[in-house]
Amino acid sequence: MNQEIPHVVIAGAGHAGGSAAAFLRQLEWPGSITLIGEEPIPPYQRPPLSKAWLKGEATAESLALRPAGFYPGAAIDLRLETRVTGLERANKTVVLSDGTAVPYDVLILATGARPRRLPISGTGLAGVLELRWAADADRLAAALRPGARLAVIGGGYIGLEVAASARALGVDVTIIECESRVLARVACPILSDFFQAFHRGQGVVIETAARVVGLEGTAGSVTGVRLGDGRLIACDAVLVGVGAMANDELARAAGLSCDNGIVVDLMAQTDDPAIFAIGDCTSRPLPLYARRGRLESVPNAIEQARQAACLICGKPPPAPEVPWFWSDQYDLRLQIAGLPFDATEIALRGDVGTAKFALFHLTGDGTVQAVEAVNASTEFMGGRKIILGRKRLTRARIEDMSVSMKELAA
Amino acid sequence: MPKITYIEHNGAAHAIEVPAGRTVMQGAVDNNVPGIDADCGGECACATCHVYIDSAWLDRIGLPPAGSQEASMLSFAAVTQPDSRLSCQITVTEALDGLTVRMPEGQH
Repeated sequence: MNQEIPHVVIAGAGHAGGSAAAFLRQLEWPGSITLIGEEPIPPYQRPPLSKAWLKGEATAESLALRPAGFYPGAAIDLRLETRVTGLERANKTVVLSDGTAVPYDVLILATGARPRRLPISGTGLAGVLELRWAADADRLAAALRPGARLAVIGGGYIGLEVAASARALGVDVTIIECESRVLARVACPILSDFFQAFHRGQGVVIETAARVVGLEGTAGSVTGVRLGDGRLIACDAVLVGVGAMANDELARAAGLSCDNGIVVDLMAQTDDPAIFAIGDCTSRPLPLYARRGRLESVPNAIEQARQAACLICGKPPPAPEVPWFWSDQYDLRLQIAGLPFDATEIALRGDVGTAKFALFHLTGDGTVQAVEAVNASTEFMGGRKIILGRKRLTRARIEDMSVSMKELAA
Repeated sequence: MPKITYIEHNGAAHAIEVPAGRTVMQGAVDNNVPGIDADCGGECACATCHVYIDSAWLDRIGLPPAGSQEASMLSFAAVTQPDSRLSCQITVTEALDGLTVRMPEGQH
């Protein structure tokens, strides 16, 4: 490494990349920083794109991770509308979409994930949308006119959050889910049933176990979603929200280990000590659960950005965190702590009927693996502490509301 | 413009002018002050913008106490004290000129 002016290059200027640049400066990284992003705007928060942004309740300024003036002020060379297209590890150089070669001492891959696309006909029709970037959200917002009909393919978080925002805007919404319930991959059946009923109560039509065979259109614009049973869901726009795939091609081509994401350790380091990877593009250790996996979440992006920045700056590693997620829909706040691996029992604390409850997922020996909390932030926060402490609890004690969360977490 | 002093757990102080209308959390994040993480971006969902604020001072300027969502989030935040607040829930006004916030040992 050039000890005079070591250079960190960050490939990707999403939440992970933007946070890494900021953490490096907080930790007094003495060298230069180049932050390379494909989008035309500086790093911003994606979670509001499906919520406040669609409803016109957010501004570009409120979305931004930091004010535009922060980057020059912190000597971060922010290059927008630019992609890293090549990685030459042997001479520690990345090649950019404009043809420039940029040498690095340390490289941070923060290339994110991209929406999975459906292998069906009609996805190129106008009005067929996905949601990842701010520009996608602008296209979606333009389609959400009062009285318009939106078909949402995929009943995951993106689909449900957009459905809630669309209803608030007076849009007719049909959710088409191929599994037997919404949130099938990410939540337990009790939670799925609750959200399904709540959305239906808000006027959303939900088709479960529904296979999409094609998108149909007139004059180049989408007019309907054809289902496997022959029915046509007529619509003016389609949002496809069927998961995301790690952008790990650059790492793969450079010979770094990848397994549904770029393989990293607990300091976000890849198998090349000069290269880190952070955020949605990584497959990371999940030490609480003795396995690895990909976490698509803002907290994960920030945690890994901090891990990488600490190691790069020679600081002690940050304390381990419990993975967590949140989703706001209507006036519901869902907060999830942990991951329900190996759980065999569910304890329900509170009353589903009051829309204020928490589901604790326990293994056979009573270890709490995950807590799904709806409008129950005390249970969520207490749950994080319980999970981190590997505390064991009985279902009966969790469900006993005369026992406070303080006592449960003690 | 109201001046707010952010004091890190290690004692490092950052005196920053924060425009009225921004939150105390945003004032820190906009200026890359270490120790206020704000993972959720100000949604009161994560409790990583936790600070200590002299409650006598807050009473004097008439700042409302923590709401129920903030109080729930603070109930298990790292190293909570009676004067704990989430800085994303405090909007800067001229009355907050001279405010000092201290940071806990960690946000997680």
